[in-house]
Amino acid sequence: MRKIYPIYQKEMKAFFVSPVAYIVGCIFLITAGYFFSVVLFYTKEANLRGLFENLKFILLIVAPILTMRLLSEEKKLGTDELLFTSPLTNYDIILGKYFATITLYLIMLILTIEFPIILKMYSKPDMGPIYSSYLGFFLFGSSFIAVGLFASSLTENQIVAAIISFGLLLILWLISWATTFVPVEWAKNILTSLSLTEHLNSFEKGIIDLGDIFYYLSFSFVFVFLANQVTEAKRWK
Amino acid sequence: MIEVNNLTKYYGPTKALDNISFSVEKGEVFGLLGPNGAGKTTTMRILTCYMPATSGSARIAGFDVFEDPMKVKSRIGYLPETPPIYEDMSVLSYLDFVARIKEIEPKKINKKIEEVMETVKIKDVSKRIIGHLSKGYRQRVALAQSLLNDPEVLILDEPTVGLDPKQILEIRELIKQLGEKHTVLLSSHILTEVSQICGRVLIINKGKIIAIDTQEDLIKRVQVREKLFIQVKGSKDILVRVFNEKLSGLKKMDIIKEENGLIDLMIESEMAVDLREPIFRLVVENNMVILELKPVKVSLEEVFLQLTETADRRI
Repeated sequence: MRKIYPIYQKEMKAFFVSPVAYIVGCIFLITAGYFFSVVLFYTKEANLRGLFENLKFILLIVAPILTMRLLSEEKKLGTDELLFTSPLTNYDIILGKYFATITLYLIMLILTIEFPIILKMYSKPDMGPIYSSYLGFFLFGSSFIAVGLFASSLTENQIVAAIISFGLLLILWLISWATTFVPVEWAKNILTSLSLTEHLNSFEKGIIDLGDIFYYLSFSFVFVFLANQVTEAKRWK
Repeated sequence: MIEVNNLTKYYGPTKALDNISFSVEKGEVFGLLGPNGAGKTTTMRILTCYMPATSGSARIAGFDVFEDPMKVKSRIGYLPETPPIYEDMSVLSYLDFVARIKEIEPKKINKKIEEVMETVKIKDVSKRIIGHLSKGYRQRVALAQSLLNDPEVLILDEPTVGLDPKQILEIRELIKQLGEKHTVLLSSHILTEVSQICGRVLIINKGKIIAIDTQEDLIKRVQVREKLFIQVKGSKDILVRVFNEKLSGLKKMDIIKEENGLIDLMIESEMAVDLREPIFRLVVENNMVILELKPVKVSLEEVFLQLTETADRRI
């Protein structure tokens, strides 16, 4: 487990050596600022619901881009031969990469901290929903990153990895729409509870439901686990 | 140090390795020789725990590669065919990263990095970005990486591929030096390389072992006759007649070239029959001059071709 750290550190460096982190971070923050101001001027309400509602869609693009190279690049460069023949377990490698990407995402989220500060300066916002929204949005994004990591384990081609994760995320996002065609009540419930966005609603209302936290954590766990299985299986072929 | 027993590997329906067994003693420099696609890389990937075998077993330094991969991994240094380097890292930070994933004690890391940079002579580029280095230097950096954990066994997959002749010589020299301290398993499709560096050689083709032996013994196995090359100044007719009549032990005589009164001949005799002296006397007695006379050794190339051909015929 302690061998996760060198991998984590290497990935963090890789993000900041290449322009990707800066560009993605920039676009994320600029659009966030835009959403924040437009929504604020339109609604005149001191909350961040509008911001997070819109930022979700940006994440749909940001997450695949941040994760696409994680495993596919190692395979392509042949550096996976170094990693897999070093005294590391598969999980050390996968988790190191996962945690590094989550950290980068967390940094991006922390940099949006000026929005609640601005609200606080000029009015008295209800801080409860804002805190819970940040928690929910962090968990939400972590699940996205897990899906991206999984997609990256499938192929050597980064673009293909990005497209796969985008597709997967879109399906998992919109899965609750299918409830309109499904007549059975229990099936409707399952579809709704599988959907990525449904679980974000209560966080935005200021409710921290353990069930929702559990959903996002287990969702991430499943995809990290799958990424691990795929990399392992590929070497067995 | 390395024991391989009945190793077989299938990629889907294709058999990449067919029941391979061999062993390498401590301190040996052992060569895997074969054409591209013969199974060299597959063998090495199994030994380094990169991929499992379909059946059979392999042990390195007493540990099974399948049962105890962590113990094996910490005792080997591996240089894959494509150097596993990150182009955007500097040499120092790359070696630092590898040292840490190879579990070298944090206190010793700097000293160790200094040491391997000294060995492979990359100190002058230690702060450069790997992506900006020449292919020869990259190969050295990759080799440095494999030495960081003081490996008992060094596994080098085609270490000189893609280098220019000067770099090739330098890397070979380096490997020879490393062979003094480590057990080395080296693969190559270049025969001269193997013959220069390795003590024993395993010839592999289409996943099957064709021969394992020292170079001398491999040559003996293929060489059935002594061969002599002679260049004589004189008359061809007299020479051929005299040799045929008076040279006992002559098995075969070929005239290779005849030009300006110079005759090039290849003469074959039974093994252990030395014809050099009688030839010299006969030529001189007939008032001709020998300009060149030398025994011809079978090269490893010929050994290789001959052995792979006979193996193909058997199939």
